[in-house]
Amino acid sequence: MTPAQVEVLLQTLIAGILLGGLYALIGLGMTLIMGVMKIINLAHGELMMVAMYIAYWLFVFFHLDPYISVFIAIPVLFLLGVAIQKFLINPVLRVDSILPQNQVILTVGIGMVLSNLATLFFKSDYRSTPVDYATKAWYLSDLWKNSPIELSLSFAWSVSFVIAVAITVLLWFFLAKTDLGKAIRATAQDADAAVLMGVNVGMMRVITFGLGSSLVGAAGCLFIPIYYLYPTLGGQFTLIAFVTTILGGLGSTVGAIIGGVILGIFESITATYIGMGWAPVGRFIVFVAVLIFLPGGVASILKRRRFGR
Amino acid sequence: MKKLISTFILALLIVVPLLGFSSYLMHILIFVIMWAVIGMAWNLLGGYCGQVSFGHAAFFGIGAYTAGILYQKLGMSAWWGLPLSIIVVTFASLIIGFICLRLRGPYFALATLAVGVILRVTAENLVGFTQGDLGIMIRERTWVEKIWYYYIILLIAAVTFYTIRKVIESKLGYYFVAIREDQDAAESLGINTTLYKTVALCLSAAFTGIAGAFYMNYMGYIDPNVVFALHDISIVAIMVVMVGGVATFWGPVIGAIIMVLLAEVIRSIPHLGAAHMTLFGVLLIVIIIFLPNGIAGGLPRIGKRLRMKRVT
Amino acid sequence: MLVCRNISIFFGGLAALSNISFSVGKGEILGLIGPNGAGKTTLFNVINGFYRPSEGDVSFKDRKISCLSPHQICALGIARTFQVVKPLQRMSVYDNVLASAFLRAKNRTQADNTAHDILEFAGLYDVKDLISKGLPLGKRKRLEIARALATGPEMLLLDESFAGLNPTELNESIDIIKKIKAQGITMMIIEHHMKVIMSISDRIVALNYGEKIAEGTPREISVNPPVIAAYLGDTASA
Repeated sequence: MTPAQVEVLLQTLIAGILLGGLYALIGLGMTLIMGVMKIINLAHGELMMVAMYIAYWLFVFFHLDPYISVFIAIPVLFLLGVAIQKFLINPVLRVDSILPQNQVILTVGIGMVLSNLATLFFKSDYRSTPVDYATKAWYLSDLWKNSPIELSLSFAWSVSFVIAVAITVLLWFFLAKTDLGKAIRATAQDADAAVLMGVNVGMMRVITFGLGSSLVGAAGCLFIPIYYLYPTLGGQFTLIAFVTTILGGLGSTVGAIIGGVILGIFESITATYIGMGWAPVGRFIVFVAVLIFLPGGVASILKRRRFGR
Repeated sequence: MKKLISTFILALLIVVPLLGFSSYLMHILIFVIMWAVIGMAWNLLGGYCGQVSFGHAAFFGIGAYTAGILYQKLGMSAWWGLPLSIIVVTFASLIIGFICLRLRGPYFALATLAVGVILRVTAENLVGFTQGDLGIMIRERTWVEKIWYYYIILLIAAVTFYTIRKVIESKLGYYFVAIREDQDAAESLGINTTLYKTVALCLSAAFTGIAGAFYMNYMGYIDPNVVFALHDISIVAIMVVMVGGVATFWGPVIGAIIMVLLAEVIRSIPHLGAAHMTLFGVLLIVIIIFLPNGIAGGLPRIGKRLRMKRVT
Repeated sequence: MLVCRNISIFFGGLAALSNISFSVGKGEILGLIGPNGAGKTTLFNVINGFYRPSEGDVSFKDRKISCLSPHQICALGIARTFQVVKPLQRMSVYDNVLASAFLRAKNRTQADNTAHDILEFAGLYDVKDLISKGLPLGKRKRLEIARALATGPEMLLLDESFAGLNPTELNESIDIIKKIKAQGITMMIIEHHMKVIMSISDRIVALNYGEKIAEGTPREISVNPPVIAAYLGDTASA
């Protein structure tokens, strides 16, 4: 391979991993919700959009850096998620209807309302947060004087990635070590048994939806410095969340992380070698392919290894 | 008694436009009937067989493009698209069914959603075949007066209605509902669930496809974003059935009337037009929470409530 | 009639069934007993076609069925009930049975006749128009059996059809089993209710932890040490 080809490949991979970290964060929120409540949240991307608008307006009015907005978006989205779960989703779960897919359709309705309201209030203009460090990057040639290839690492991308990883690690500790986290995992594994153990399952569901929403909200704030914002971007991010979740295996946090990185690398490779326009179709094809050929996702491969079969 | 009602309504629908309606009113009626066809088709697969499709726009669009491509590429009258779309859409539904029907519940819903989007993007990109985003336009209008279009879609709707009723009342209908209620139990009772789900899908797709071919002929213009639309076709199809009444004969008809009228009302009020997604979304949420079986499906419950009030 | 040879099935790393072999003769009632989690329902799922065995095979009337799907196996003559009953909830009792009757009926009239006969046979005729969701447990269990019978089986797999019934319902169900046997239908019954299964079975197979621990007549089983140990603990058999 020529140095130029190596350069392109490495750059593509780096971009893919950085993107994957963010995708993982988006997917984590959805996989938690799916695992605990078996709910498919087709409004996930719209929640991210809400957080991005919050970050945007904070930037415009208070010159607040989006990375700081993460700390604001997290509680706000948490409360929004809790409200949605408590007032909209819970009633639906209790009602008996012919179509069991009602809750999916409900989230579609919620998504429609959110994205349309955003269009009404904020207009469909593309917006962005031009921060000073938007173009700053590190170059390999700065560190290694006579390197045969040139690699660049965008500052903004890297910071987003690092924060995403930090949040993921915090989430891990929360789920693994705290009592509340364990209660959530218990509810995900077997809600009836959890009730018998004294877990307030209803509260867990509400908290989990809030948690999932705040995770995707944080991802939104991390995305806005490196991307742009418009009211209907929810759809593609919901799709990204899905593909990540299904790729990783429903309800598996490890899976979502791996799935996110795989998807990030896949998209980066297709963008470089095939073309930008095919990204949405590529995602859908991966989605359908995984549903058919590996329905348990990466998590099922991990499980198989663990049990030695 | 039931058979008399439908015959009566059909007779009414045949006679009424001869009284002379404005072009606008005819347009509304045509759309209502077209959406009733799409709704009935969706209801067969979703309401009766329990397979909730989020991608019916796929079949609508394939039907529309069959008619359109016949005109555009072969110079034939797009009306040939109506019979031909049956073949093309059924064939497509076999492929789509093969991929998607092995998935259960929400995964089937998501996979069909994916299919709809994939078809839209494909139609946008295969410019040589479909004219891409330019769309297909039929320059010569078959009739100026809408009344002929009305009778054609009415005929399609009548055939759809009676066929579906026949199917539901036959062994097929029982099998569909058994699959919806409990697929594993149905399998154990000797029902080849894969086969029957495929049959439901093909029937549902075929009727939707004919509606699509009709749309091409009636509107005279289609493009990928119009006929393969997720929100404007697939989700409206779901709403038509959910609002009107899942798994009932008249539900989709009622739902079509409500949804088309609602859309028109929203469009005509000046500032409300842009908010139509919000209003539809709110309607969807309200229906799911308070009337999940739709109007026709919720009637027994409403009737009970009214009766109980009278007793006290 | 039914022969299971060396059936094993693994889920993840766990062997849910290990090397199970037995046969069921035509017209006999074979009881299947064992503590919870022994693998009884899993065995039914294998015979019925919901699971493919990892090893071994199942033959019915000298034809290998372990590779067939459940609806094909039903068409060949094996019907089953489910431990957690699965009525077709929003359909009436009559429609539940009618849907099953369509398997062998050549037209609607025949299916209706079969449904009528089966409902009378099972004593459910008076509730035939009730929506099955609203039935009490005893009647729901009988509906499971009626539905399976409507498919015209030669062999019936009954999974805990007696669980949770009061004494009256129990006796009614036992009568129905006897009537089914009188029609020459072979049966395999999973049951925890010892008195019932001892009284109606011709032979019994006992499972524990996925393995067959005993096979024999009810009398032989009742004094068999491993069986007693499985149910009552090791000290009891000593």
